[in-house]
Amino acid sequence: MPIKVEIISPEKVLVSRDVDMVVMPGEEGDIAAMPEHAPMMLLLRGGTVTLYDGETPTDRYFVGGGFADMTQTRCTILADDAVPVTEISVDTATARLEELTEAWEAADKSDSARLEGLMSKIQSVRAEIDAGAGN
Amino acid sequence: MASLKELRARIGSVKSTKKITSAMKMVAAAKLRRAQLHAEAARPYAAAMRRMLGELAGAMAGQDGAPQLLAGTGNDRVHLLVPITSDRGLAGGFNSNINRTTRLTIRRLQAEGKVVKLLPIGRKGYDYLVREYTDLIVDHVIGVGGKEIPFSAASDLGAKITALLEAGQFDVCTIIYNQFHNVMSQVPTPLQLIPLGLDEAAVKPDPNAAQYEFEPDEQVLLERLLPRNLQVQIYASLLESAAGEQGARMTAMDNATRNAGKAIDRLTQTYNRTRQANITNDLIEIISGAQAV
Repeated sequence: MPIKVEIISPEKVLVSRDVDMVVMPGEEGDIAAMPEHAPMMLLLRGGTVTLYDGETPTDRYFVGGGFADMTQTRCTILADDAVPVTEISVDTATARLEELTEAWEAADKSDSARLEGLMSKIQSVRAEIDAGAGN
Repeated sequence: MASLKELRARIGSVKSTKKITSAMKMVAAAKLRRAQLHAEAARPYAAAMRRMLGELAGAMAGQDGAPQLLAGTGNDRVHLLVPITSDRGLAGGFNSNINRTTRLTIRRLQAEGKVVKLLPIGRKGYDYLVREYTDLIVDHVIGVGGKEIPFSAASDLGAKITALLEAGQFDVCTIIYNQFHNVMSQVPTPLQLIPLGLDEAAVKPDPNAAQYEFEPDEQVLLERLLPRNLQVQIYASLLESAAGEQGARMTAMDNATRNAGKAIDRLTQTYNRTRQANITNDLIEIISGAQAV
Protein backbone atom coordinates (compact mmCIF):
# COMPACT_ATOMS: atom_id res chain seq x y z
CA MET A 1 0.00 0.00 0.00
CA PRO A 2 1.54 3.30 -1.05
CA ILE A 3 1.60 6.56 0.83
CA LYS A 4 0.61 9.86 -0.73
CA VAL A 5 3.38 12.40 -0.55
CA GLU A 6 3.06 16.11 -1.17
CA ILE A 7 5.94 18.57 -1.18
CA ILE A 8 4.56 22.09 -1.05
CA SER A 9 6.49 25.34 -1.10
CA PRO A 10 4.75 28.66 -0.44
CA GLU A 11 4.68 29.34 -4.17
CA LYS A 12 3.49 25.99 -5.51
CA VAL A 13 3.01 22.26 -5.15
CA LEU A 14 6.18 20.48 -6.31
CA VAL A 15 5.19 16.87 -5.91
CA SER A 16 1.92 15.14 -5.31
CA ARG A 17 1.99 11.40 -5.93
CA ASP A 18 1.99 7.94 -4.37
CA VAL A 19 5.27 6.42 -3.21
CA ASP A 20 6.28 3.58 -0.91
CA MET A 21 8.52 5.52 1.44
CA VAL A 22 9.72 9.05 2.06
CA VAL A 23 12.92 9.82 3.94
CA MET A 24 13.18 13.36 5.22
CA PRO A 25 15.61 15.39 7.30
CA GLY A 26 13.98 15.95 10.70
CA GLU A 27 15.38 18.61 12.99
CA GLU A 28 16.59 15.87 15.33
CA GLY A 29 17.61 13.29 12.74
CA ASP A 30 16.37 11.75 9.53
CA ILE A 31 13.03 10.07 9.62
CA ALA A 32 11.14 7.86 7.17
CA ALA A 33 7.44 8.03 6.49
CA MET A 34 5.85 4.74 5.52
CA PRO A 35 2.25 3.61 5.31
CA GLU A 36 0.65 3.08 8.73
CA HIS A 37 3.15 5.33 10.45
CA ALA A 38 1.68 6.91 13.60
CA PRO A 39 0.47 10.49 12.98
CA MET A 40 3.30 12.86 13.58
CA MET A 41 4.30 16.44 13.04
CA LEU A 42 7.90 17.42 12.86
CA LEU A 43 10.25 20.25 12.20
CA LEU A 44 12.62 19.81 9.26
CA ARG A 45 16.16 21.06 8.89
CA GLY A 46 17.75 21.88 5.54
CA GLY A 47 18.45 18.64 3.70
CA THR A 48 17.32 16.16 1.10
CA VAL A 49 13.95 14.48 0.91
CA THR A 50 14.15 11.14 -0.89
CA LEU A 51 11.15 9.39 -2.41
CA TYR A 52 11.27 5.58 -2.70
CA ASP A 53 9.31 3.33 -5.02
CA GLY A 54 9.83 -0.09 -3.50
CA GLU A 55 13.46 -0.25 -2.44
CA THR A 56 14.83 2.14 -5.04
CA PRO A 57 15.15 5.88 -4.49
CA THR A 58 13.44 7.59 -7.45
CA ASP A 59 13.38 11.31 -6.75
CA ARG A 60 15.38 13.58 -4.50
CA TYR A 61 14.41 17.10 -3.49
CA PHE A 62 16.34 19.60 -1.47
CA VAL A 63 14.28 21.45 1.15
CA GLY A 64 15.59 24.43 3.06
CA GLY A 65 13.82 23.62 6.31
CA GLY A 66 10.10 23.48 6.99
CA PHE A 67 7.50 21.23 8.54
CA ALA A 68 6.12 17.79 7.87
CA ASP A 69 2.74 16.37 8.74
CA MET A 70 2.34 12.61 8.43
CA THR A 71 -0.60 10.35 8.97
CA GLN A 72 -1.13 6.68 8.14
CA THR A 73 -1.96 7.42 4.53
CA ARG A 74 -0.25 10.65 3.60
CA CYS A 75 2.81 12.77 4.22
CA THR A 76 2.67 16.51 3.63
CA ILE A 77 5.93 18.41 3.58
CA LEU A 78 5.69 22.17 3.91
CA ALA A 79 9.06 23.36 2.71
CA ASP A 80 10.38 26.89 3.18
CA ASP A 81 11.82 26.45 -0.27
CA ALA A 82 12.35 23.34 -2.34
CA VAL A 83 14.14 22.30 -5.54
CA PRO A 84 14.74 18.99 -7.25
CA VAL A 85 18.32 17.94 -6.45
CA THR A 86 19.14 17.82 -10.16
CA GLU A 87 18.41 21.55 -10.46
CA ILE A 88 20.63 22.71 -7.62
CA SER A 89 23.25 25.17 -8.74
CA VAL A 90 26.34 24.55 -6.63
CA ASP A 91 27.88 27.84 -7.75
CA THR A 92 25.03 30.06 -6.58
CA ALA A 93 24.77 28.05 -3.38
CA THR A 94 28.49 28.50 -2.75
CA ALA A 95 28.14 32.23 -3.36
CA ARG A 96 25.29 32.33 -0.87
CA LEU A 97 27.36 30.43 1.67
CA GLU A 98 30.12 33.02 1.36
CA GLU A 99 27.63 35.83 1.88
CA LEU A 100 26.23 34.11 4.95
CA THR A 101 29.68 33.44 6.35
CA GLU A 102 30.52 37.12 5.95
CA ALA A 103 27.27 38.07 7.67
CA TRP A 104 28.20 35.66 10.45
CA GLU A 105 31.62 37.31 10.88
CA ALA A 106 30.05 40.76 10.93
CA ALA A 107 27.17 39.82 13.21
CA ASP A 108 26.94 41.06 16.76
CA LYS A 109 28.11 38.08 18.80
CA SER A 110 25.82 38.92 21.71
CA ASP A 111 22.69 38.79 19.55
CA SER A 112 22.04 35.09 20.01
CA ALA A 113 18.72 35.01 18.11
CA ARG A 114 20.39 36.39 14.99
CA LEU A 115 23.38 34.10 15.34
CA GLU A 116 21.12 31.11 15.68
CA GLY A 117 19.17 32.13 12.58
CA LEU A 118 22.37 32.59 10.58
CA MET A 119 23.76 29.28 11.80
CA SER A 120 20.74 27.31 10.66
CA LYS A 121 20.86 29.09 7.28
CA ILE A 122 24.55 28.26 6.90
CA GLN A 123 23.89 24.63 7.75
CA SER A 124 21.05 24.53 5.27
CA VAL A 125 23.18 25.97 2.46
CA ARG A 126 26.00 23.51 3.28
CA ALA A 127 23.50 20.67 3.03
CA GLU A 128 22.35 22.09 -0.32
CA ILE A 129 25.91 22.15 -1.65
CA ASP A 130 26.49 18.58 -0.46
CA ALA A 131 23.29 17.46 -2.14
CA GLY A 132 24.11 19.30 -5.35
CA ALA A 133 27.70 18.02 -5.48
CA GLY A 134 26.46 14.53 -6.32
CA ASN A 135 25.04 15.62 -9.68
CA MET B 1 -20.39 75.70 -32.80
CA ALA B 2 -16.94 74.13 -33.02
CA SER B 3 -15.22 74.42 -36.36
CA LEU B 4 -14.58 71.36 -38.51
CA LYS B 5 -10.90 71.51 -37.78
CA GLU B 6 -11.47 71.47 -34.01
CA LEU B 7 -13.86 68.55 -34.32
CA ARG B 8 -11.37 66.59 -36.39
CA ALA B 9 -8.69 67.17 -33.76
CA ARG B 10 -10.99 66.02 -30.97
CA ILE B 11 -12.01 62.87 -32.82
CA GLY B 12 -8.33 62.12 -33.37
CA SER B 13 -7.49 62.53 -29.70
CA VAL B 14 -10.40 60.40 -28.49
CA LYS B 15 -9.37 57.72 -30.97
CA SER B 16 -5.85 57.56 -29.60
CA THR B 17 -7.19 57.47 -26.03
CA LYS B 18 -9.33 54.53 -27.05
CA LYS B 19 -6.30 52.74 -28.45
CA ILE B 20 -4.47 53.20 -25.17
CA THR B 21 -7.33 52.04 -22.98
CA SER B 22 -7.97 48.98 -25.11
CA ALA B 23 -4.25 48.09 -25.03
CA MET B 24 -4.26 48.50 -21.25
CA LYS B 25 -7.25 46.22 -21.05
CA MET B 26 -5.43 43.51 -23.00
CA VAL B 27 -2.35 43.82 -20.83
CA ALA B 28 -4.43 43.68 -17.66
CA ALA B 29 -6.22 40.58 -18.93
CA ALA B 30 -2.93 38.79 -19.57
CA LYS B 31 -1.52 39.84 -16.19
CA LEU B 32 -4.74 38.84 -14.48
CA ARG B 33 -4.44 35.29 -15.73
CA ARG B 34 -0.91 35.02 -14.40
CA ALA B 35 -1.83 36.59 -11.08
CA GLN B 36 -4.74 34.19 -10.70
CA LEU B 37 -2.52 31.20 -11.38
CA HIS B 38 -0.10 32.43 -8.73
CA ALA B 39 -2.85 32.94 -6.21
CA GLU B 40 -4.18 29.45 -6.85
CA ALA B 41 -0.74 27.85 -6.65
CA ALA B 42 -0.21 29.35 -3.21
CA ARG B 43 -3.42 27.93 -1.77
CA PRO B 44 -2.36 24.33 -0.93
CA TYR B 45 0.44 25.57 1.34
CA ALA B 46 -1.92 27.85 3.23
CA ALA B 47 -4.48 25.06 3.56
CA ALA B 48 -1.95 22.53 4.87
CA MET B 49 -0.62 25.15 7.25
CA ARG B 50 -4.08 25.84 8.64
CA ARG B 51 -4.63 22.12 9.20
CA MET B 52 -1.36 21.75 11.10
CA LEU B 53 -2.04 24.85 13.19
CA GLY B 54 -5.48 23.52 14.05
CA GLU B 55 -3.98 20.23 15.24
CA LEU B 56 -1.32 22.00 17.24
CA ALA B 57 -3.67 24.50 18.81
CA GLY B 58 -5.96 21.60 19.71
CA ALA B 59 -3.09 19.75 21.36
CA MET B 60 -1.98 22.88 23.19
CA ALA B 61 -5.46 23.88 24.36
CA GLY B 62 -5.61 24.51 28.07
CA GLN B 63 -1.86 24.98 28.39
CA ASP B 64 -0.35 28.25 29.48
CA GLY B 65 2.30 30.22 27.70
CA ALA B 66 0.81 30.36 24.22
CA PRO B 67 2.96 32.66 22.05
CA GLN B 68 1.83 36.24 21.50
CA LEU B 69 1.23 35.64 17.82
CA LEU B 70 -1.54 33.20 18.70
CA ALA B 71 -2.98 34.63 21.90
CA GLY B 72 -2.18 38.31 21.48
CA THR B 73 -0.86 40.55 24.24
CA GLY B 74 -3.99 40.19 26.31
CA ASN B 75 -4.93 43.79 25.56
CA ASP B 76 -7.15 45.33 22.92
CA ARG B 77 -5.96 48.93 23.03
CA VAL B 78 -3.57 49.61 20.16
CA HIS B 79 -4.66 48.51 16.69
CA LEU B 80 -2.27 48.22 13.76
CA LEU B 81 -3.98 48.44 10.38
CA VAL B 82 -2.23 47.21 7.25
CA PRO B 83 -4.12 48.38 4.16
CA ILE B 84 -2.90 46.79 0.92
CA THR B 85 -3.24 48.92 -2.21
CA SER B 86 -1.50 48.95 -5.57
CA ASP B 87 1.36 51.20 -6.62
CA ARG B 88 -0.36 52.29 -9.81
CA GLY B 89 -3.72 53.87 -10.43
CA LEU B 90 -6.16 53.60 -13.34
CA ALA B 91 -7.84 50.61 -11.77
CA GLY B 92 -11.33 51.93 -11.13
CA GLY B 93 -12.39 51.93 -7.52
CA PHE B 94 -9.78 49.37 -6.50
CA ASN B 95 -7.64 51.64 -4.33
CA SER B 96 -10.28 54.12 -3.24
CA ASN B 97 -12.41 51.28 -1.84
CA ILE B 98 -9.53 50.18 0.36
CA ASN B 99 -8.81 53.76 1.38
CA ARG B 100 -12.42 54.38 2.27
CA THR B 101 -12.66 51.15 4.28
CA THR B 102 -9.45 52.04 6.08
CA ARG B 103 -10.69 55.53 6.94
CA LEU B 104 -14.01 54.22 8.23
CA THR B 105 -12.20 51.61 10.33
CA ILE B 106 -9.87 54.25 11.77
CA ARG B 107 -12.84 56.45 12.66
CA ARG B 108 -14.70 53.56 14.26
CA LEU B 109 -11.72 52.43 16.32
CA GLN B 110 -10.91 55.96 17.42
CA ALA B 111 -14.52 56.52 18.43
CA GLU B 112 -14.21 53.41 20.62
CA GLY B 113 -11.21 55.02 22.28
CA LYS B 114 -8.57 52.76 20.70
CA VAL B 115 -5.20 53.89 19.49
CA VAL B 116 -4.70 53.29 15.76
CA LYS B 117 -1.41 52.86 13.95
CA LEU B 118 -0.98 52.37 10.22
CA LEU B 119 1.41 50.41 8.04
CA PRO B 120 0.22 51.04 4.50
CA ILE B 121 1.45 48.80 1.69
CA GLY B 122 1.39 50.21 -1.83
CA ARG B 123 1.89 53.77 -3.01
CA LYS B 124 -1.77 54.65 -3.56
CA GLY B 125 -2.78 53.90 0.01
CA TYR B 126 0.24 55.62 1.48
CA ASP B 127 -0.25 58.79 -0.59
CA TYR B 128 -3.85 58.97 0.51
CA LEU B 129 -3.38 58.21 4.19
CA VAL B 130 -0.31 60.36 4.66
CA ARG B 131 -2.40 63.48 4.01
CA GLU B 132 -4.86 62.89 6.81
CA TYR B 133 -3.09 60.59 9.23
CA THR B 134 0.61 61.44 9.01
CA ASP B 135 1.25 60.89 12.70
CA LEU B 136 -0.45 57.47 12.76
CA ILE B 137 1.81 55.92 10.12
CA VAL B 138 4.58 53.87 11.72
CA ASP B 139 6.07 52.60 8.49
CA HIS B 140 5.16 51.98 4.88
CA VAL B 141 6.14 49.62 2.08
CA ILE B 142 6.11 50.52 -1.59
CA GLY B 143 7.02 48.41 -4.59
CA VAL B 144 5.60 45.05 -3.49
CA GLY B 145 2.81 44.91 -6.04
CA GLY B 146 5.08 44.41 -9.03
CA LYS B 147 4.36 41.78 -11.60
CA GLU B 148 5.95 38.92 -9.67
CA ILE B 149 5.52 38.84 -5.92
CA PRO B 150 8.31 36.86 -4.31
CA PHE B 151 7.60 35.08 -1.05
CA SER B 152 10.46 37.02 0.52
CA ALA B 153 8.36 40.20 0.24
CA ALA B 154 5.80 38.59 2.52
CA SER B 155 8.39 37.22 4.92
CA ASP B 156 10.04 40.66 5.23
CA LEU B 157 6.68 42.17 6.03
CA GLY B 158 5.96 39.41 8.51
CA ALA B 159 9.28 40.05 10.22
CA LYS B 160 8.47 43.76 10.38
CA ILE B 161 5.13 43.15 12.00
CA THR B 162 6.54 40.58 14.44
CA ALA B 163 9.27 43.03 15.46
CA LEU B 164 6.65 45.70 16.15
CA LEU B 165 4.66 43.21 18.22
CA GLU B 166 7.68 42.19 20.24
CA ALA B 167 8.48 45.85 20.86
CA GLY B 168 5.00 46.20 22.32
CA GLN B 169 3.91 48.64 19.63
CA PHE B 170 0.44 47.20 19.14
CA ASP B 171 -2.04 44.63 20.48
CA VAL B 172 -4.15 43.75 17.45
CA CYS B 173 -3.06 43.62 13.82
CA THR B 174 -5.53 43.64 10.95
CA ILE B 175 -4.84 43.54 7.23
CA ILE B 176 -7.28 45.27 4.89
CA TYR B 177 -7.06 43.91 1.38
CA ASN B 178 -9.16 43.45 -1.73
CA GLN B 179 -10.48 39.93 -1.81
CA PHE B 180 -10.72 38.68 -5.36
CA HIS B 181 -14.25 37.44 -6.01
CA ASN B 182 -14.25 37.68 -9.79
CA VAL B 183 -13.07 40.04 -12.48
CA MET B 184 -15.95 42.42 -11.82
CA SER B 185 -15.88 42.50 -8.04
CA GLN B 186 -13.15 42.87 -5.49
CA VAL B 187 -14.34 43.20 -1.93
CA PRO B 188 -12.33 45.16 0.66
CA THR B 189 -11.94 42.65 3.48
CA PRO B 190 -10.42 43.05 6.93
CA LEU B 191 -8.41 40.02 8.07
CA GLN B 192 -7.20 39.85 11.65
CA LEU B 193 -3.67 38.45 11.83
CA ILE B 194 -2.80 38.95 15.49
CA PRO B 195 -4.12 37.50 17.68
CA LEU B 196 -4.81 34.69 15.30
CA GLY B 197 -8.48 33.81 15.29
CA LEU B 198 -8.66 30.07 14.61
CA ASP B 199 -12.20 29.00 13.99
CA GLU B 200 -13.71 26.41 16.30
CA ALA B 201 -13.86 23.67 13.71
CA ALA B 202 -10.14 23.94 13.03
CA VAL B 203 -9.12 23.91 16.68
CA LYS B 204 -11.22 20.91 17.64
CA PRO B 205 -9.91 18.02 15.57
CA ASP B 206 -11.88 14.88 15.03
CA PRO B 207 -11.85 13.09 18.41
CA ASN B 208 -11.68 9.70 16.68
CA ALA B 209 -8.48 10.57 14.84
CA ALA B 210 -5.30 9.14 16.29
CA GLN B 211 -3.32 11.38 18.58
CA TYR B 212 -0.49 13.22 16.89
CA GLU B 213 3.08 12.98 18.04
CA PHE B 214 5.16 16.11 17.87
CA GLU B 215 8.84 16.43 17.31
CA PRO B 216 10.67 18.26 18.92
CA ASP B 217 7.54 19.29 20.91
CA GLU B 218 4.32 21.27 20.57
CA GLN B 219 5.77 24.47 21.96
CA VAL B 220 8.76 24.60 19.61
CA LEU B 221 6.69 23.63 16.58
CA LEU B 222 4.09 26.25 17.35
CA GLU B 223 6.74 28.92 17.81
CA ARG B 224 8.14 28.12 14.37
CA LEU B 225 4.82 27.58 12.67
CA LEU B 226 3.17 30.82 13.77
CA PRO B 227 5.58 33.30 12.13
CA ARG B 228 5.40 31.17 8.96
CA ASN B 229 1.64 31.26 9.10
CA LEU B 230 1.73 35.05 9.44
CA GLN B 231 3.91 35.26 6.32
CA VAL B 232 1.68 32.88 4.42
CA GLN B 233 -1.43 34.89 5.28
CA ILE B 234 0.28 38.09 4.16
CA TYR B 235 1.51 36.39 0.99
CA ALA B 236 -1.99 35.15 0.18
CA SER B 237 -3.45 38.62 0.68
CA LEU B 238 -0.75 40.19 -1.49
CA LEU B 239 -1.48 37.71 -4.27
CA GLU B 240 -5.24 38.19 -4.03
CA SER B 241 -4.76 41.92 -4.08
CA ALA B 242 -2.50 41.68 -7.14
CA ALA B 243 -5.09 39.60 -8.99
CA GLY B 244 -7.81 42.00 -7.90
CA GLU B 245 -5.83 44.98 -9.15
CA GLN B 246 -5.56 43.52 -12.63
CA GLY B 247 -9.21 42.52 -12.60
CA ALA B 248 -10.28 45.99 -11.55
CA ARG B 249 -8.05 47.58 -14.17
CA MET B 250 -9.41 45.31 -16.86
CA THR B 251 -12.99 46.22 -16.02
CA ALA B 252 -12.18 49.93 -15.75
CA MET B 253 -10.36 49.96 -19.08
CA ASP B 254 -13.13 47.98 -20.74
CA ASN B 255 -15.60 50.66 -19.66
CA ALA B 256 -13.26 53.42 -20.76
CA THR B 257 -12.87 51.82 -24.20
CA ARG B 258 -16.61 51.53 -24.59
CA ASN B 259 -17.16 55.15 -23.54
CA ALA B 260 -14.48 56.33 -25.95
CA GLY B 261 -16.28 54.46 -28.75
CA LYS B 262 -19.52 56.22 -27.89
CA ALA B 263 -17.79 59.61 -27.75
CA ILE B 264 -16.27 59.00 -31.18
CA ASP B 265 -19.68 58.14 -32.65
CA ARG B 266 -21.20 61.29 -31.20
CA LEU B 267 -18.37 63.52 -32.37
CA THR B 268 -18.39 61.99 -35.85
CA GLN B 269 -22.10 62.68 -36.15
CA THR B 270 -21.63 66.31 -35.12
CA TYR B 271 -18.74 66.56 -37.54
CA ASN B 272 -20.81 65.28 -40.48
CA ARG B 273 -23.77 67.51 -39.65
CA THR B 274 -21.52 70.55 -39.46
CA ARG B 275 -19.89 69.63 -42.73
CA GLN B 276 -23.26 69.28 -44.49
CA ALA B 277 -24.49 72.58 -43.04
CA ASN B 278 -21.33 74.26 -44.33
CA ILE B 279 -21.86 72.85 -47.82
CA THR B 280 -25.49 73.93 -47.83
CA ASN B 281 -24.45 77.42 -46.77
CA ASP B 282 -21.86 77.58 -49.53
CA LEU B 283 -24.41 76.46 -52.14
CA ILE B 284 -26.97 79.02 -50.99
CA GLU B 285 -24.37 81.74 -51.30
CA ILE B 286 -23.34 80.66 -54.81
CA ILE B 287 -26.92 80.33 -56.07
CA SER B 288 -28.09 83.64 -54.61
CA GLY B 289 -24.98 85.25 -56.08
CA ALA B 290 -25.83 83.82 -59.56
CA GLN B 291 -29.49 84.95 -59.28
CA ALA B 292 -28.43 88.50 -58.45
CA VAL B 293 -26.39 88.81 -61.66
